[in-house]
Amino acid sequence: MGLTNQSCGSRAKREIFHRGRAKVDYVIALAGNPNTGKSTVFNALTGLNQHTGNWPGKTVIRAEGKFMNQGLIYNLIDLPGTYSLLANSAEEQVARDYLCFNKPDATVVVIDATCVERNLNLVLQVLEITPKVVVCVNLMDEAKKKKISVDIKGLANILGVPVAATAARDGEGLEQLTNTITDVVKGTIKINPYIVRYPEPLEKAIAQIEPQVRLLVGEKFNSRWLALRLLDNDTAIIKALKKMFPQEEGFRSKTGGEPGHEPALLQQIR
Amino acid sequence: MNQHCSSKLDDILSQTRHLNPQGAININDTIVAGIYNAAEEITNLVVRQQEKPRIDWDRTLDDILTSRVWGFPSMLLLLSAIFWLTITGANYPSELLATGLFWVQDRLTDFCHYLKAPEWVNGLFVEGVYRSLAWVVSVMLPPMAIFFPCFTLLEDMGYLPRVAFNLDRFFKKAGTHGKQALTMSMGFGCNAAGIVACRIIESPRERLIAMLTNNFVPCNGRFPTLIALASLLVLGLGTTFGATFIVVGVVMLGILMTLFVSWLLSKTLLKGIPSSFTLELPPYRKPQVAKIIVRSIFDRTIFVLGRAICMAAPAGAVIWLLANIDLGNHSILIHIANFFNSFGQLIGLDGFILTAFILGLPANEIVLPILIMSYLASGTMLELNSIQALQQLFVVEHGWTWLTAVCMMLFSLLHFPCSTTLWTIWRESASIKWTILAAILPLSIACAVCFIVAQSARLLGLV
Repeated sequence: MGLTNQSCGSRAKREIFHRGRAKVDYVIALAGNPNTGKSTVFNALTGLNQHTGNWPGKTVIRAEGKFMNQGLIYNLIDLPGTYSLLANSAEEQVARDYLCFNKPDATVVVIDATCVERNLNLVLQVLEITPKVVVCVNLMDEAKKKKISVDIKGLANILGVPVAATAARDGEGLEQLTNTITDVVKGTIKINPYIVRYPEPLEKAIAQIEPQVRLLVGEKFNSRWLALRLLDNDTAIIKALKKMFPQEEGFRSKTGGEPGHEPALLQQIR
Repeated sequence: MNQHCSSKLDDILSQTRHLNPQGAININDTIVAGIYNAAEEITNLVVRQQEKPRIDWDRTLDDILTSRVWGFPSMLLLLSAIFWLTITGANYPSELLATGLFWVQDRLTDFCHYLKAPEWVNGLFVEGVYRSLAWVVSVMLPPMAIFFPCFTLLEDMGYLPRVAFNLDRFFKKAGTHGKQALTMSMGFGCNAAGIVACRIIESPRERLIAMLTNNFVPCNGRFPTLIALASLLVLGLGTTFGATFIVVGVVMLGILMTLFVSWLLSKTLLKGIPSSFTLELPPYRKPQVAKIIVRSIFDRTIFVLGRAICMAAPAGAVIWLLANIDLGNHSILIHIANFFNSFGQLIGLDGFILTAFILGLPANEIVLPILIMSYLASGTMLELNSIQALQQLFVVEHGWTWLTAVCMMLFSLLHFPCSTTLWTIWRESASIKWTILAAILPLSIACAVCFIVAQSARLLGLV
């Protein structure tokens, strides 16, 4: 967020939501490290004018906008820029809880072609939560200038999810990106996500916990990831689960036990 | 069903504790290490760096712009360059606009006479509403049209995080979060936006401090006032360097005040230890000049001007009414100004200036236009189209000295935030108490500083 007419003066407190009356077919989340051109991609796709600026943390307010591709209407949610999803900060928690509990139909992770390694950390963490991922390697123009070449096909093969190369500032590669998103939500692309394997003791513990987590939450949420979080004693996740599956009978009526109600979690964090 | 599930969750939790008693395996570290190793492996397979560039420009630039020795001087230099450009460049178009707009005012008056409209119609709409609009446009538009593109340029290139980096250690010494430097930078654009940006600060204590001190940096509504007053101060010198120097000085004072009040708060009301954070310096990017100009004009300049106009039109009408409705021997405006006058004199201002600040609560942009309007309404001069005419009005007709201008600049820098900002503080802090403090604290600091400056200047016989 920066100084735009949406963010100055009395409008400063408003979140940017563009909810038309039109029906939305799919919800797409946009994740990525700060300074990867995430907001530029967001603007280029939605035609909205969210402020882009070269400094981390400017997207403090949530933004969402619509775009169309192949006759389908998409709602694009711009998540705060984060380096990881381990919830070291409120931004990370918002992004992570959105991916886990709101279950977007697909997630676009924007990465910086000039520093792939650091950006891949986030991609791998997103893949742990949701398999429906499109990786958007942005700033290809900058990488070219710095004589860095990224093997897009090779990356797609390793990650097992589609990868699109873009230079969003010049509008390059965006059409391919939106087509790929459509392929993913329709399920016409085969996805076989790369999952990080941990050392033996941890994997054993996961194997023991995961089936029980699946019994608890069903197929709705990613049980491997939740198992990992529980093993890590992640208090935020435990709290969220407790709220979703309340302890006592009396509680249920107050908090609403259905997982579907849970998006309220997002508001509670701020 | 839920009952069944919840006992399950407790089961799982006790099992995880059992599997990892007292955190024997550091799970977090294991996860992070696993992910980092995988990322490194994949990167080695898909990324090729053909040849290392001979000079790493980012590194070289950062060595200068964020060095302990050159960081601050280069920051001051950049800031001065922007203000100098703004002040020098805005002078001529301001005059031109004023001349043009006041010519239109005369034609509007002629038109009113031609229509044989009653005198109050001309007074309320032309001398009240139109004239204050003309003032706002001619005083504010040119500086904004120059300042905003420059500021956006710095932002686009990635300079703002470097400012935060330079200021970080000072904020740490003040007991607050380094990210406050970023929210402070936002405040230069708009304090309300700066307050919202405080969300990037995690700790509630540090966020409150950042919110309470945000208005010590002048927002775009106050810059034109400061620039006009600075130009007034150096009028005889015939150079704009003096004015630049003064404005930069005021900005520096604002930053110092931010640090001082932050330190004060973190030692008293909001005690605590600063939390550490890592600020990544993003790469410098080649700015997209055309986009910057379009964005800063449409997003910022037009918007801020629009807001000022919306506020100035009714304010102009109110001022005209206050100045033209008599109670006893004087107009209401004179009564109000007289009421505040003795206190105003005490802190180097006068009753009209204080009235202007109070009436300007909805938007700082309109403080100077209100002041001019109220002086005009109680004076004889009818047309004002240059800084010389402004000097005539202030100095000759209303007895300003350099001290009045300095005190007004200080008061403008330090006084209470505008009502929009206060509302935003209330929304973000969800507390009436902190919102009131956010108004009272700067106001008392402004009064104290102006009082000290005015009294010591008078004691030393400088005025």
